[in-house]
Parts: sequence; structure tokens; C-alpha cells
Amino acid sequence: MNKTIIETQNLNFSYGQQPVIRDVNLRIKSGDFMAMIGPNGGGKTTLLKLMLGLLNADSGSIRIFGKTPKNVSHRIGYVPQDVHVNQNFPISASDVVLMGKLKPGKGWFRHSKEDLRAALQALEQVGMGKYCDQRIGQLSGGQKQRVFIARALVTDPDILLLDEPTASIDTKGQNEFYALLKELNHKITIIVVSHDLMVISRYVKSVACVNQRLHYHGHAELTGEMIEMMYSCKIEETCPVELIAHGLPHRVLHTHEND
Amino acid sequence: MIEALQFEFMQNALLAGLLASVICGIMGTLVVVNRIVFLSGGIAHAAFGGIGLAFFFGWHYMVGTIGFSLMAAVIMAAVTFKAKHRSDTIIGVIWAIGMAIGIILLDLTPGYNVDLMSYLFGSILTVPDSDIWMMLCVGLAIVGIVFYFYNDYLAMSYDEEFAQIRGVRVKRLYFLMIVMLTVGIVMIIQVVGLILVIALLTIPPYIAERYSSSLFKMMILSSILSSVFTVSGLWLSYVFDLTSGASIIAVAGIGFLISLCIERFRPKMAVKSIQ
Repeated sequence: MNKTIIETQNLNFSYGQQPVIRDVNLRIKSGDFMAMIGPNGGGKTTLLKLMLGLLNADSGSIRIFGKTPKNVSHRIGYVPQDVHVNQNFPISASDVVLMGKLKPGKGWFRHSKEDLRAALQALEQVGMGKYCDQRIGQLSGGQKQRVFIARALVTDPDILLLDEPTASIDTKGQNEFYALLKELNHKITIIVVSHDLMVISRYVKSVACVNQRLHYHGHAELTGEMIEMMYSCKIEETCPVELIAHGLPHRVLHTHEND
Repeated sequence: MIEALQFEFMQNALLAGLLASVICGIMGTLVVVNRIVFLSGGIAHAAFGGIGLAFFFGWHYMVGTIGFSLMAAVIMAAVTFKAKHRSDTIIGVIWAIGMAIGIILLDLTPGYNVDLMSYLFGSILTVPDSDIWMMLCVGLAIVGIVFYFYNDYLAMSYDEEFAQIRGVRVKRLYFLMIVMLTVGIVMIIQVVGLILVIALLTIPPYIAERYSSSLFKMMILSSILSSVFTVSGLWLSYVFDLTSGASIIAVAGIGFLISLCIERFRPKMAVKSIQ
């Protein structure tokens, strides 16, 4: 792996009196495929929003490609967690994707032929080409997710941030979905927030555990510490055997390194 | 209706109604998809404070009303933008205070003898030429601004965060929308009055939303529906000698009920997704 593209230093953020992110130091290298895991309310989504410049840190700094998030947010593709917003909004799948081609302040409402072609191509890439004229409210959760990914892809991003992307996709769809991400990872650095560490562990290159503080694991093996963090009980209590079935690939858990 | 159009006041009423329909169709669409119906209600009612102000100081109706409503609207918009979960309370408070100020100022106005009802329920039959020109200017300005920023507004309305990441100045656009909405509402108050303005802002876009494949088509269809309601309401009020504003809203209400019935009995058009 090569140079560091995202770097945070002593990052702190709180909602009112409630600290959400504490002293986070993180370096993400170009070409990484990082999973961010952690309990609900642990600050995963907040950390993503800080990286996107949607929230401002209380203290500490974030540099992406050496710049502040607000200045580089156009180089980041973002797939939000909630794809069920505005169910009745009169908009077609291809118009949602075209939002990724938005040039602010450019004015008037015609899109160029190249933009339309790029949008269609992005939809094809995620297997949604034939739904381009469908109203977004008529698609299923998984299909919507794909449209939102197409919207992120059409921006030609250097980094792709996905927040719980598999929340509304079934297990078969999830595997296809991660296979797609793996292919995209050849060119794009990917950070994915997920609560389902059993599925992601086959694809990711590194793992960050976020629970106010952040622990970075350069390898993608599951540790007892991660399980503990996810399910907030000791590893002996959640016997991992129930997560493993015959004939399925799985990873052996490493023993916990105390830090 | 044809013989009614020989009267100049009827021609003006028809023009005012059509202009208001275009303003309602476009701004109402933005109001409905951005879910700021309550905020629009607040603006419309706070506008009454402006009417009181205009009478007390002897200003032109539009000057006082637009000035006062803009102030109230910007405060309400700032609150909605900052603290979304508390916004309904603040809007409710400003809504009430605006109306109270209006009534008190009218009480204090010496020799006050304005027909209060005309501001509550509209006075489309007495719209003067000067107001028609003003509505035309405002209408053209709104059409121009909304279509110039169409893609930005589309992105902001659908997914504010994504728009922000793409570099859209969401805050600026939001306040610009509120300003257009306020000026638009003050114009429409002329036609249907401040109590009924909400119906004209919400009913046509609500019906149009189901039959439109894009925000643009929703704006066009809302404007057409709005025109139909306004013209037929005006005709009914002429034939049966009814209050024009209330007749227009009554027709819109019937339209709303019909659309609900159609929706209820029509087989679901939603294609169940194939994963």
C-alpha cells in the first residue's frame, strides 16, 4: 500500500455535552478497503460525516489529500445509510444518479449528453440499467442502495464512503455487493461502515473499531476484542461457534492481544 | 363567465388568479417536497403583523407586509435550519405573535375601518392594476430563479447532505427559497387570504406529486391544477354570489378528495420489486 490519503489528528467531536468522538488518530492509505465497526451510537456515522465536511470537529484536524474535507468533498463518493428518505419524491433512478454530476451554480436544468451516458453506465455497472426510468419510490431497498452507489460512482471518486450499505440487502445480495466493491477497490479507496463483521471480513483489508475512541487493525482478522466490542460481552459468552456453519468459509479467531 | 369578463375587475381577478396559480404551483411544489408546510403557515399568519404595521404607519400594504413577513420568515427559517426538532414550537410562537401584533396595531390605528375579512379570506375582486404588475414581476422572478437553480434545488430537496458534499451552497439556497416563498405568499394572500393560502400551496402539489415523474413536471402540473381550481372557484363565486377565496379553496378541496378516491380504488401502480 502507498501513501496516506486520510489523516486525522486528535479528533474530537461532541453533540452538545455528549462526546461522540474522542482523540481519534487515523491514517488511511490509498487503496485500502477498511471496515469501520462498532456499537450503535459509537460514532461511526459521525466520523464519516466529519470526513465529508458535513460536521465540524470540536478540536483536532482531518486532512484528506492534504486538504480540509470541505475542499475535497467532491472527490469523495458517499452512500448514505438511509435510502428510504423521501419515498414519494417524484424522481427517476437515472435522475438520482445524475445528481452526482451536479455542477453547483452552473444553472439551467439540462444535462449534457456525456452526463446522461455516464449516469446510465453507472447504473449498468451496479446492474440497475433496466430500471433507469423507474420512480425511485417503486424500487426495493436493495435496488435503491445500488442506485445510490451508482450516484456515488458517477462522481468519479477517489474515495468511497459507505454507511451500512448492506442494511437492506439479503445475504446473497450482500455477497454480490461486496464482490462489486472488491472490484471497485482496484481503483478506489473504500471505507465501509458495517455492523455485520461476519460478512465483511472476507473482503476488507483493514478494520477500525470505533467506540468514541478508535482502534485500528492493519489486518482483517477478527479478534476477540472486536467481537466483544460489537456484542458488548465477553468472547466466552458469545460462543462464536453459532456463527460458523458446515461447508462455509470462515476465519479462525485470533487470541486477543492486550493493549 | 364570458359576460362576466366584460367587467374590468373580473379580468383583473382572472389574471391575479392565474398568476397566483403559477407562483403556488412552483413554490408549493418546493414547500411540499421540502416539508415546510408548517413554516409556510407561520409565514402566512405572521404576515398579518405586517398588514397591521402597514395600516398603522400608513404605508402601502405590500411594503409593510413583505418587510414584516421576511423578518419573521428568516427567523423561523434560521431556527428550522439549526434545530430541526424544536422548529415546530418556535414557528407556532412566531405565528401567534405575528397575528397578535397585527390586531393590536389595527386597534391602535386611528379611524381604522378596513375590512379585516378581505385579508383573512382574500379580495381577488378588488385587485388593482398595480398589484397585477407586481405579481407578474414576482412570478417572473420566481420562475427565473427556480429554473436557473433547478438542479441545485432538486438535489437539496431530495438529499441535502449529498448536495452539500457536491458543493451546493445549501444554506444560501434554502434562505433564497424562504425569501421567494414569503414574497409569493404575500402575493397569494391578495387572492385567497392568509388563512386559505396553505390550501393553495399544498393541495395542487400533493395531487400532482403522484402523477409526476420529475420535480419539473410536478411544478407544471401543480400550476395547471391550481389554475383550474382558481378559475372554476371564481366562476362559482360569480354565479352563486359566494366569497371568492373560500370558493376557490372549496373547489381545491373537492379536487383533493377526488384524487384520494382515485388513489384508493385504482390498482397499485407500484411494480413490486424483483430483487
